[in-house]
Amino acid sequence: MAKAAQKTGIVEAERHPALAGRNASAAHVTLTALEPAERISLRAPEASLAALSKALGLTLPKKPKTSTSKGGRTALWLGPDEWLVIDDAGGDLLADCAKVKQLHSAVGVSHRNVAIGVTGPGAETTLNAGCPQDLSLAAFPVGGCSRTIFGKVEIVLYRTAEDAFRVECWRSFSDYVFTFLSEAARDAAA
Amino acid sequence: MLLIRCPYCEEERPELEFRNAGEAHIARPTDIAAISDDDFEKFFFIRQNPKGIIYERWRHLHGCARFFNAVRDTVSDKFVMTYKAGEPKPSKLPGVSK
Ligand SMILES: [Zn+2]
Repeated sequence: MAKAAQKTGIVEAERHPALAGRNASAAHVTLTALEPAERISLRAPEASLAALSKALGLTLPKKPKTSTSKGGRTALWLGPDEWLVIDDAGGDLLADCAKVKQLHSAVGVSHRNVAIGVTGPGAETTLNAGCPQDLSLAAFPVGGCSRTIFGKVEIVLYRTAEDAFRVECWRSFSDYVFTFLSEAARDAAA
Repeated sequence: MLLIRCPYCEEERPELEFRNAGEAHIARPTDIAAISDDDFEKFFFIRQNPKGIIYERWRHLHGCARFFNAVRDTVSDKFVMTYKAGEPKPSKLPGVSK
């Protein structure tokens, strides 16, 4: 290995996403290990939001439990001065934030998180096996998002459609979350 | 499961998302090196632990992650109300007679 690297001058790194290739489906639910994405944890005071929104190309949401989406990017409200921004279109979130002079903290967490798609008429029931929040459409509408818990793990939950959720969890917990979801999916009625 | 209203999330959320963070409205001495051992003991260790209404700090750890204050009845475990960190102790409590 070392010799080969010396010869070519290139050390090749092979990336294995934590849940690569893991999928599961039950009668009413499909679980998908979602594609890797760019992510930042963004902290900023009110006075910086206009400039950050402009740089990111989407308006950072200010209302609890809401999100905004534009051009493959989604900003999820996590707290009064905290957002999780996800880019699925290959954009560079950190570079965009670096242009902003106003006070903020943008930390790259692309590889910290793993995303799992939970879709189908039984998605809500499947998630409620481990998440104590009210996930009815009235309490958790499409576009709604929240940091919460799933079993013994902290997750960020984002509802992408009436019967579809995106679960973001830290990669070292992803095996636990996926296995828990798979078991819950088997029991979930529509 | 208890439902606790987070003043930042503006809704009731399951208790599993929260952590208790001790008694509220304890002011840290401005010059801690200047106070006597007795005063330090009072500030640092002595807590009211009342039977009945208590003012506590809570943190919405697995939610918005903010600290806030809550008024709780230690007999019934009922939350009377919650309010944002830094706001004054409420003078009137809803549904409490004394
Ligand atoms: Zn909250």
